Amino acid sequence: MTLEIIGISVLWLFLFGYVIVASIDFGAGFFNAYSLFRGKQHILTRIIQRYLSPVWEVTNVFLVFFFVGIVGFFPKTAYYYGTILLVPASIAVVLLAIRGSYYAFTTYGGLRQKRWTYLYGLSGLFIPASLSIVLTISEGGFVSEKSAGLELDYWALFTSPLTWSIVVLSLASVLYISAVFLTWYANKANDEPATELLRKYALIWAVPAIVTATGIIVELRDHNPEHFSRLMDLWWLFGISFILFAGTVYLIWKRKLYGLAFGLLAGQFLVAFFAYGVSHYPYLLYPYLTIYDGFTNEAMAIALIIAFIAGLGLLLPSLYLLLRLFLFNKDYVQGNRDDHA
Amino acid sequence: MGNEESVFFSRVLTELTLSFHIIYATIGVGIPLMIMIAQWVGIKKQDEHYILLARRWTRGFVITVAVGVVTGTAIGLQLSLLWPNFMELAGNVIALPLFMETFAFFFEAIFLGIYLYTWDRFENQKKHMLLLIPVAIGASFSAIFITIVNAFMNAPQGFDIVNGQLVNINPILAMFTPAMPTKVAHVLSTAYMTSAFVLASIGAFRLLKGSNHIYHKKALLLTMKIGLIFSIATAVIGDFSGKYLAEYQPEKLAAAEWHFETEEGAPLMLYGVLDDGEVKYAIKIPYALSILAHSNPNAEVIGLDQFPEDEIPPLYIHYLFDLMVTIGMWMTALSLIYVLGTWFKMRFVTSKWFRWLIVLGGPLSIIAIEAGWWFAEVGRQPWILRGIMRTEDAATSSGQVDLMLLLFAGLYLVLAIGSIIVLTRMFRKNPVEQELTDRELEKEGELR
Repeated sequence: MTLEIIGISVLWLFLFGYVIVASIDFGAGFFNAYSLFRGKQHILTRIIQRYLSPVWEVTNVFLVFFFVGIVGFFPKTAYYYGTILLVPASIAVVLLAIRGSYYAFTTYGGLRQKRWTYLYGLSGLFIPASLSIVLTISEGGFVSEKSAGLELDYWALFTSPLTWSIVVLSLASVLYISAVFLTWYANKANDEPATELLRKYALIWAVPAIVTATGIIVELRDHNPEHFSRLMDLWWLFGISFILFAGTVYLIWKRKLYGLAFGLLAGQFLVAFFAYGVSHYPYLLYPYLTIYDGFTNEAMAIALIIAFIAGLGLLLPSLYLLLRLFLFNKDYVQGNRDDHA
Repeated sequence: MGNEESVFFSRVLTELTLSFHIIYATIGVGIPLMIMIAQWVGIKKQDEHYILLARRWTRGFVITVAVGVVTGTAIGLQLSLLWPNFMELAGNVIALPLFMETFAFFFEAIFLGIYLYTWDRFENQKKHMLLLIPVAIGASFSAIFITIVNAFMNAPQGFDIVNGQLVNINPILAMFTPAMPTKVAHVLSTAYMTSAFVLASIGAFRLLKGSNHIYHKKALLLTMKIGLIFSIATAVIGDFSGKYLAEYQPEKLAAAEWHFETEEGAPLMLYGVLDDGEVKYAIKIPYALSILAHSNPNAEVIGLDQFPEDEIPPLYIHYLFDLMVTIGMWMTALSLIYVLGTWFKMRFVTSKWFRWLIVLGGPLSIIAIEAGWWFAEVGRQPWILRGIMRTEDAATSSGQVDLMLLLFAGLYLVLAIGSIIVLTRMFRKNPVEQELTDRELEKEGELR
């Protein structure tokens, strides 16, 4: 394994972590707002608040980790993506900022207004939409290198069906991942009405999630044939991912083993995410930048990997403690304890 | 938009983001230590007031952390979005501390979540306090790692450039630049100092606004003591910073002190204005600059005459420097008088006017932090990476920076208003007296 591959795998793994934890977070915000809109807030709010409160900050760090790490391992991405993404990334940051701070303001500061709940819920859909555009751009075809510098063709980007399919996929996945997780969480809290409602959401969003995912593969055939053929070489990985998907839906449908159902879902996304990543190899940005010509020097790469391993040694036990105290603590989950400062 | 405009707006946007972020970041680095000290004193003295102090500070702290996190994310991304050429180069040499900062912050975020939601969960208060240690360490290390990057921008090392190619890169050497020790120490001690004075300012304000509770008096004395200790530390570190500048960035020191001609036994210019290249109304302290720069009244101090015109930082940094130092001295004196006055039971330290001075100290300390960072950043101009890359060559070529400036200005306005409303509401709705009575009742209920 070369240093380049270790670097990109580490980053990809963290991005995967972000996709899962952020999806749970975004989806929870949306379901919360939606249930308020439908007058069913009493069913969901408590369970969603219990989950979100102690972990919201941690979610953000996964993203920061990814973009700081990618500039470390692949400094050329700072030039390419930094120049292109000024507008979409700024919009995403502003949305993230509003969302994160208003979460703290409402939860700890008692700023409870319906308006904010709706804004909070909707921002959770706009953020994955704006972030997913980066994936579309990475497929190439929207960036041109001119004498004045790099330019992003917004018109081509926003009229491309690929862009919108990826946006829809990101939204459907967010809601699907979140619903499956919260079904499990509500079930652990012995909250039957919430479990039933979330189970319904999970089953509803399973369909668009899998349909758009398949649709995107088809669209890539025209948009980026090279990438498409590499995707096809990995068909068996997507097959495994589909089987895991079917398993999750079956368990949720039968109201059985929600914990395992979420495990299968995580597996489904992990396999698909890595299959996509591997097929994207070696390009970071079609056709300008590969992981080889964008890579940092050897000394820095080794230093970063050592720092990463040391960091993980610190983080994994802490994350475990966090999960044990809140996610897997019966008293906390069922609402028998609230020791907030 | 021409490239000149892109550079200009990139600079304005970065300055805006940093100026806003640094308020929350400074408080975010300093407050965990204050909470820890208060909780520790509370456990030691078995004094419910200090424990409650820690608890109430924690609640406010969460709000400032939230804003600090999101603006920190903004500046983290803006570095790449606005300065892609710089980050491409920096990524190769100084990515390590940036990367480690995310770990430090990760660590802090996890334990803050735990600390926040485990008040009263443990029988033994000490166990709960232990959870705060990683928060304080994580917060301080975030500051250390980021300051290391800033130190690198001031005194880059750990690489060579041969034919435009970066070679011989040594990430560890790049972290431990000559600028690093004084800069890191200065950032940490001023963060603790500022946090202490901001909290003191709140305590004094409550006392002025009619609450005469002993709780606020304890808070005030504790924070003023901590503030005094760290302002003395800051002054000592400031002396070392002067010596660092004289040795490694003489143009920055010379511009800050309006020291035009290289000379021995150089005097220090305090205040004054610059009129057509001539210093007027300044207080001139003989030999002081030579002492500051080299601990020797007769030592030679390099002046601006040694540098080409286009490598001299803007001369207005003198005002920023003076502002920072003056506030620092003022706060040292104020806290010293307060602590001594309390010790010797002098009446005037509890008088209204003196408490108003303490209230004023909070905002003043924040202004000093801002002035200090503007001085640090403007004083490095025209370089983004001293001697290697000019700021104008580092900026993005994108034409939409002005729009993004408006977007972010709107964001910061919303965040500033939001955080102020939430913080004042949080404490007004639940005053200390109320909370103390509630806790009393709760305890009696448990006993019965």
